[in-house]
Amino acid sequence: MQLTLWTYEGPPHVGAMRVATAMRGVHYVLHAPQGDTYADLLFTMIERRSTRPPVTYTTFQARDLGGDTADLVRTTVAAAYERYRPEALLVGESCTAELIQDQPGAMARGMDLPVPVIPLELPAYSRKENWGASETFYHLVRAMVASQVPAPGTEPPARDPGRRPSANLLGPSALGFRCRDDVPEIIRLLETLGIDVNVVAPEGASPSDLGRIPAADFNICLYPEVAYTACAWLKRAFGQPMTSTIPIGIGATRDFIAEVCALAGTDAEAALQDAAARLPWYSRSVDSTYLTGKRVFIFGDASHAVAAARIADEELGFTVVGLGTYSREFARELRQAAKHYGVEPLITDDYLEVESQVAALQPELVLGTQMERHVAKRLGIPCAVISAPVHVQDFPARYSPQMGFEGANVLFDTWVHPLMMGLEEHLLGMFREDFEFNDTAAPSHLDGESPPREALPETSKPAPAGDDGCDWTPEAESELRKIPFFVRGKARRNTERFAVESGIARITVETLYDAKAHFGR
Amino acid sequence: MNGFPAIQPGPPVATGCVDTEVLRERGQREVFCGLTGIVWLHRKIQDAFFLVVGSRTCAHLLQSAAGVMIFAEPRFATAILEERDLAGMADCNEELDRLVHQLLARRPDIRTLFLVGSCPSEVIKLDLAKAAERLSLSHHGRVRVLNYTGSGIETTFTQGEDQCLQALVAEMPAQSATEPSLLVVGTLADVVEDQFSRLFEAMGIDRVAFLPPRSATALPPVGEDTRVLLAQPFLGDTARALLRRGASLIDAPYPFGVEGTLAWLRAAGRDFGIAGERVDTVAAAPAARARKALERYRPVLAGRRITFLPDSQLEIPLARFLATECGMRPVEVGTPYLDRQVLGGELELLGGDTRLSEGQDVDLQLDRVRVDRPDLTVCGLGLANPLEAEGLRTKWSIELVFTPVHGFEQAADLAELFARPLIRNERLAV
Repeated sequence: MQLTLWTYEGPPHVGAMRVATAMRGVHYVLHAPQGDTYADLLFTMIERRSTRPPVTYTTFQARDLGGDTADLVRTTVAAAYERYRPEALLVGESCTAELIQDQPGAMARGMDLPVPVIPLELPAYSRKENWGASETFYHLVRAMVASQVPAPGTEPPARDPGRRPSANLLGPSALGFRCRDDVPEIIRLLETLGIDVNVVAPEGASPSDLGRIPAADFNICLYPEVAYTACAWLKRAFGQPMTSTIPIGIGATRDFIAEVCALAGTDAEAALQDAAARLPWYSRSVDSTYLTGKRVFIFGDASHAVAAARIADEELGFTVVGLGTYSREFARELRQAAKHYGVEPLITDDYLEVESQVAALQPELVLGTQMERHVAKRLGIPCAVISAPVHVQDFPARYSPQMGFEGANVLFDTWVHPLMMGLEEHLLGMFREDFEFNDTAAPSHLDGESPPREALPETSKPAPAGDDGCDWTPEAESELRKIPFFVRGKARRNTERFAVESGIARITVETLYDAKAHFGR
Repeated sequence: MNGFPAIQPGPPVATGCVDTEVLRERGQREVFCGLTGIVWLHRKIQDAFFLVVGSRTCAHLLQSAAGVMIFAEPRFATAILEERDLAGMADCNEELDRLVHQLLARRPDIRTLFLVGSCPSEVIKLDLAKAAERLSLSHHGRVRVLNYTGSGIETTFTQGEDQCLQALVAEMPAQSATEPSLLVVGTLADVVEDQFSRLFEAMGIDRVAFLPPRSATALPPVGEDTRVLLAQPFLGDTARALLRRGASLIDAPYPFGVEGTLAWLRAAGRDFGIAGERVDTVAAAPAARARKALERYRPVLAGRRITFLPDSQLEIPLARFLATECGMRPVEVGTPYLDRQVLGGELELLGGDTRLSEGQDVDLQLDRVRVDRPDLTVCGLGLANPLEAEGLRTKWSIELVFTPVHGFEQAADLAELFARPLIRNERLAV
């Protein structure tokens, strides 16, 4: 058993719903008790989709358990097919149905429906949402291209030189973070490179569209959390190459262009100099100097977290002080990145562990999911959301991709916005006694969003700081309070560390400044 | 149902909904399970913690149903069953004990811990009653451990509260007094509780207690002199458990709207031998104020057609309020289940031409909504936006359990909840 307050991922059948909901012409029959229909609201409320997810639940009850729940599956499948007439039918079960072992998938297959029936076996007690989405997409793709798989060892046919190269964009799904805007951004980018988009899936695709996937020259694995399994299989089965770069950030977008052009055999130069990319100049302009070395903590799904670390480090001049993910499937990639930035990788789906890391590190900016937004709010640290899971406000009305050059512009704005502006930060440091510059003063452009500092004293739980046996003199405490609140936690932590390391039991004003001199800013 | 007077304005009792045929359906149900009640119960009972023993789905439901996550650390969590628990590699009871120790170490403020059963824990027959007994012993003097089920195979939405309160009933001390006392049952906003307390006091009922209490360690006593007055219509099992402890149930409609609240107070007064005139005198000022406040929304609501999809079990009393006090015309009133023992009085007051449905087959029900095209459809969160996109105005039913809506002072607020989508529709030019 695992004690959980909030979860980063839902159960695997929710992942299957994300694929089914993204597509057209697919219906999903889910063997599940009453209550599991809550998942519909993720799509209709949080993502504001205007149609119900294409899911029919069997809704079994306790009184059915002694009787024939299997029959309930058969009648539900038949009724759902009659009503929705899908091109393909997914059949699976949620956690409770898994325990009663009706095997709805096999049962539905035996019903001789005139459309492909794809049974989904998604173990709910060992796997989670992204894995469920990935498996579902893989099985759907596999079912729809099964008849086209060439004999092993067959060389993929060479492209007709008269035809433009083409690629599939794989991975965008319902509830995916900014998939809606990333896809048009990448399609536009490919257009400038002279590459056609063959199929985008699962978002917007029908089962017959999936059948056309093998016609493309290569696959763009845009969201590995959903598409990697399918892309890897397509590579094995059809010899279709796949990309590995996620085009989030300037550097990554340039690498992506180079990778895609190498696969397509086209010239990358034209696209590499995109005038729409404002991030490089904004970051080099003097106003951004104050961003230098800002300590940033990053947590999210592996793809977004790793991409964010590179941008923070190379493109904004921040210092990555923490990097983690809840995607165990991609822990290797994250560990590699963490090693590069010289930080300990945090691979966990325990929100409390992430919270205590943030509290201990006292970063100046948190980039995370909706969970880290709440953590940061509690700790009074500025935060921007970079990854699912997210709330309704992270499906903005405006166009705001994360990928490509425009995506980089959006990221610059989104990450810099929560921070105090440079001169304001200086003034706060200089004139601490000003009655309007109190601890609850928020950045002046974020009116009314003052951080709720009083909710969590700096030294109380969950930060272990202050419990090291250090004692502060009243003078040192009062000197500490003259430091602006957004760096005070770090100052306190550094001073206490310095005191412990130097064997100082009682922290004086002198110790405070000795520590400052020792650690630098 | 007898004992309380007909409510004006409203149809005569004889033409009520009592004998109308009920449309019973069985199919996909678009309702929450009983775990959802934790979202408000954990705020109401401030020293209690709710530990769901279930799956990742349960945890995901709770955080999704909570809408936005609560700023403070929640007083609920999920003990997620994993493969090794099911495969017998780990002993579920030992694992549960370990987690409870972990939890109590982290939250020393917990005085009452509810182990909440879920679909998976029911199916694997994990005996949470036994676990609660064991844990109560091992944490004796510090924490009382209780259990109830919120599983979707046994409970819908608000039935979770019914199960939780039933668990509390077993813990209530026996009443030794010989003087009658009033027990108001059902989660109410603190402000509403205080309003009712003042009214009862002015009526001359001094001994009033509320279930659930704000602190689970301050459970009111129960005995033969306890008179139970239900504030929520989904607490049939709790009411019956109280009856088994010797209490008696006061027949009353529910305190929604001016007339509903008045009848509710009168029923209590009658049970305590208080003259109707005295109740009317006490209620006169707030009732008059509430009627006046309601007038503002009547023009928006009167004549409009409304359908309730089954959800919170509040559907029947709310439809009664909207029909009799706001002039709305209920087209279909769906309820997850019909408990005639606690809803009989309300049925009499609901118009006879209303289609009453019990249970759900959501596809068929939505087909009827599309044919009926009511002015307002009250439904769960999963259905609201799709219906809006079809041009139908909706009201989220979940707000009705999260908002103070009982009593005189909230009667207009309750009407406003239904008026707002209609007013908004009039306003918008996009």
